[in-house]
Amino acid sequence: MSINVEPNIPDPDGFYDELLAAHEGLSKEESDAFNARLILVLANQIGDRTVLQEALKAAK
Amino acid sequence: MVAQRYETAFQLYPYQKVADQTAPPKRHKVVVIGGGPVGLGLALDLGKKGTPVLVLDDHDGAGLGSKAICFAKRTLDICHRLGAAKPMVEKGVVWNLGKVFHDENRLFEFNLLPEEGHRHPAFINLQQPYFERFLVEEINRAQLAGKPIEIRGRNKVTNLIQHDEHALLEVDTPDGPYELEADWVIACDGARSPVREMLGLGFEGRVFEDNFLIADVRMQADFPTERWFWFEPPFKNSGQSALLHKQPDDTWRIDFQLGWDIDRELEMDPERIRARVDAMLSSQTGTVPEYELVWTSIYTFQCRRMREFRKGNVFFAGDSAHQVSPFGARGANSGMQDAENLAWKLYLVLKGLAPESLLDSYSHERGHGADENILNSSRATDFMTPKSEMSRMFRDAVLHLARDHAFARPLVNSGRLSVPCTYHEFPLFGEDKLDGPDVTKPGRPCPDAPLGEGFLLDHLNNGFCLLAVNEPVADNLLINGIDVKTLSVTEPSSEMKQRYLGSNNSAVYLIRPDQHVVARWPEFDMEAIRSALRTAISSD
Repeated sequence: MSINVEPNIPDPDGFYDELLAAHEGLSKEESDAFNARLILVLANQIGDRTVLQEALKAAK
Repeated sequence: MVAQRYETAFQLYPYQKVADQTAPPKRHKVVVIGGGPVGLGLALDLGKKGTPVLVLDDHDGAGLGSKAICFAKRTLDICHRLGAAKPMVEKGVVWNLGKVFHDENRLFEFNLLPEEGHRHPAFINLQQPYFERFLVEEINRAQLAGKPIEIRGRNKVTNLIQHDEHALLEVDTPDGPYELEADWVIACDGARSPVREMLGLGFEGRVFEDNFLIADVRMQADFPTERWFWFEPPFKNSGQSALLHKQPDDTWRIDFQLGWDIDRELEMDPERIRARVDAMLSSQTGTVPEYELVWTSIYTFQCRRMREFRKGNVFFAGDSAHQVSPFGARGANSGMQDAENLAWKLYLVLKGLAPESLLDSYSHERGHGADENILNSSRATDFMTPKSEMSRMFRDAVLHLARDHAFARPLVNSGRLSVPCTYHEFPLFGEDKLDGPDVTKPGRPCPDAPLGEGFLLDHLNNGFCLLAVNEPVADNLLINGIDVKTLSVTEPSSEMKQRYLGSNNSAVYLIRPDQHVVARWPEFDMEAIRSALRTAISSD
């Protein structure tokens, strides 16, 4: 299995809205910490080490 | 006297003194206030159905300047039904392709209408004054054919008093004031609606703190007819985003996003505007072409709506009822959907063929349209102008990723372009007994498809329609006093099959006068049709 870089999120605008809403009212430091936790939660959901390695590359 | 608030591009309905001005107040069935696209569309729609309609406008033609330029397919379909689309498409600049840039990089391009088999393109660009002129020309033809439409130029409504059975209007003219009465009034008088003020009604929403500089320039240039949008443009002093878009008459619309804290007077200095335009054009062609500044202005915008689009015998349609940012071309295009939504309902109620409660659905259905437009428009604006450090970080991350990775491109938001409203599961829509395509579900506007020598929508132009594909139906039906025209299609085109049959062998659709699907079935069922029609006119 390799990383999916094709669009995969239904209602992308709605998702983006929710993502930003989750940060509303947070300080920069709190937002950074939130992002770090979010990355770990999502990484666990993905699980597959190969995919995670490819994701790390894609984000560079 | 009637003050001239702006210059007109075309004089279309010069002031003429009429008998009403020297007589006791005369009663009119429908008075439309405002002769913009929405008011003219309503007048044409109502008048062609035979409903007497009077349009009052405080000018005598189409206002000059930068207004709507992008007219969507749905709007063209509506204008086609009204008989006015042909000159629009002929004059307009057809475009389907958009490109998105970030700094020096081209991120991606999108095609708005990859699908064949529609009479009209996804969009045309056409200056609003032309759009209005073509509507008025069709109104003039309708008038010659005896249709009861009247437009009175330089007739300014100065007061409106609502009574139980009618509204009293005070109107000023170059020959002084007079009064008239109306059973129904439709205020199509724009975002600053004086009628809304007269009735003391609210207009709530969100102000966006940003300034956009518009420059319409006339030049001979080889840029393709595409929508080009830059985030953080590489050319000098161009602000946070920029847009380049072609209009007819060798005119190009250029937008620069300047931010909130600017000196408006300074930014309107033609030399300063020219410097910006020079930088943008030369970044694309290497040299500065000869051009003329046709129109410049700076605008800010708001996203807001009235809570209800009807107050007693007064309706609000278009910008008077709701206002959005220009990104997405959702202003005039949604206004035209307001017009077509209200016209057939008012016609049926005035004819006594539908209960007055049908009119309440106007605000409900079009309020939904306004909410959709405000949501899309707010999101686009938030993407273009991030409101916090973190939202900027995500925005920049999306732009960064979009260049190499397709998944990030749907998140890039430079305006979600107007698509027609769907009234899914709204009260006036009926059952879906066909396991059919999504694009023709009840609540959807009928997609076009080739039919015979022309197109399907050519035939959905006269009230309610029963479309039967590969299914025998009776000739025209009369239900509750309402004529339902039947359209039998026995050799459907492949597009027609794909959009109206799916995997079924046959299908029957009941379609509203505004071309929205009421209900659909695999076979002809008279009782089901009768019941769906009653639902559609709020007569259950």
